[in-house]
Amino acid sequence: MSDRPFNDHSYGQFLNEGKIMGSKCKKCGALALPPRPICVSCFGSQMEWVQFKGEGKLAAFTSIVVAPPPMAKEGFGRNNPYIVGVVELIEGAKMVARITGVDAKKPEQIKIGTALKAEFLQKGEGDSKQTSLAFKP
Amino acid sequence: MPRRKKLSRGVAIVGGGLTKLGLFKDRNSKDFFAEAYTEMVSSVDKGIDPKDIDAIYIGNFTNDFFVNQAHWGPIISDLVGHVPKPVTRTEGACASSALAFREGVFAIASGFYDIVLVGGLEQMSRRTTEEVAEGLGMAASPYEVAAGFTFPGVFGTMATAYFAKYGATREDLFNVTIKSHNNAPLNPKAQFPMTIRDFMNARIERCRQKGEPIPNWKDERDFLRDPVANPPIAWPMHLFDCCPISDGASCLLLVAEELAKKFTDDPIYVAGMGQGSGYSFHAKKDLTSFEATRAAAQEAYEMSGLKPEDIQFAEVHDCFSMAEIVHLEDLGFYKPGYGYKAVSEGATRLDGPKPINTSGGLKTKGHPVGATGVAQLYEVWVQLRGKAGKRQVPKPNLRVGAAHNLGGTGGTCTFTILERR
Repeated sequence: MSDRPFNDHSYGQFLNEGKIMGSKCKKCGALALPPRPICVSCFGSQMEWVQFKGEGKLAAFTSIVVAPPPMAKEGFGRNNPYIVGVVELIEGAKMVARITGVDAKKPEQIKIGTALKAEFLQKGEGDSKQTSLAFKP
Repeated sequence: MPRRKKLSRGVAIVGGGLTKLGLFKDRNSKDFFAEAYTEMVSSVDKGIDPKDIDAIYIGNFTNDFFVNQAHWGPIISDLVGHVPKPVTRTEGACASSALAFREGVFAIASGFYDIVLVGGLEQMSRRTTEEVAEGLGMAASPYEVAAGFTFPGVFGTMATAYFAKYGATREDLFNVTIKSHNNAPLNPKAQFPMTIRDFMNARIERCRQKGEPIPNWKDERDFLRDPVANPPIAWPMHLFDCCPISDGASCLLLVAEELAKKFTDDPIYVAGMGQGSGYSFHAKKDLTSFEATRAAAQEAYEMSGLKPEDIQFAEVHDCFSMAEIVHLEDLGFYKPGYGYKAVSEGATRLDGPKPINTSGGLKTKGHPVGATGVAQLYEVWVQLRGKAGKRQVPKPNLRVGAAHNLGGTGGTCTFTILERR
């Protein structure tokens, strides 16, 4: 499917292309997202690319009120908290990501197990284009 | 290949020092270490000639970022007159000095050195809260940082997973905070030597002086529920769930077991020692447990031949209230899902069956990250020698205590069991 190396750089390239790509160990079938060059289940190093659908459910989350400087620059903080969480994808792998489309000021109303879909958030243009994933109900 | 892990030569603690913790903008890391070192020298019952110290291991996490100065080993060696003998800096995020302790033990156990000083230091007060959050965040995984996680955020996330799995609520975490703050005034070195009731009274007094409306809290829990008094940091972690930013330094003097009685009639011995590494969130199988703690505990129990029920008291890495409960379960003190119940029943109070964080913990004593691992072991050493004053664990035959230290988001964890023979 692709001869790109199984690393963070390739993962980021694929995100820029609108795809969530992880690795699958050819020996034992273990999935990894982001991709891994070495299988941590069987220590195999023969991998193949697998595309993830970007669907899953919320496993855990937090509403961050005291934001680190990079998030504060985007306008987040005491009066504008944001949600990050752990998403369990239908394929079985987990991801950490921003959770959007929920009310960060009312975190007690957000339910673990909520079904989520990925959206691609883009920053910058051309060579400096960076895509990250967020998930929303 | 399983084999019993043990030291080929025993190691004992014969001296220790810890700064008063707090924020000290007019002092620097050298001042902190000098304070801890001076106490260490005077704590050795039969005296230590500093010329006899063979090597120093010093833990430090983020001074490179916090004060733009790296390479702290030789600075400390120079400070205490140790040049040209060896000094090594260890880094394992908030577990940096627990790693220094381990290296010191291994150095003596190998037979290479007889007398080793181990310690840690951190200077965090020169930066804003947001900058400290960013600096500490360097120890989270790159994926967590990119998604916008902070340390309080990681433990807040863990809390929602724990709540959903076991039915606990934010109210259950109040018991950890109230318990730790009850120990705080008994520790003269604590950064916040105040009970929650003391905080409430101080707040009421301030309102009275300013002519503002007097808050009408029913009790401590009511105060902790108040979003003005206890604002969210990373929900469900609120201000009183989080440890403070602190300056400070710690050290312990380690010697070979056969030399221990030359320094004191009451040495404290290393009975068990373990270290583990862990995954970050996206790769974790269980979001309510640290595999690094479980591995460290298993190693330490195996080496010592002791079981969780043999540990009479412990310091555990309560950087956040939720963390304390998870550690109690990972260390085998309580079954998964039962830690919060044990805390609510008072089991971990100073006068309970398993006193936890008699020092007041990181929450109240303070958390100068690189100094914390050895600061925790200092508390266990003081308790085992019966010198903890008002916070002395009220048990007859106090013999076995332990310290658990966590670095990053659980990437490095240690568990060390000390015993009095």
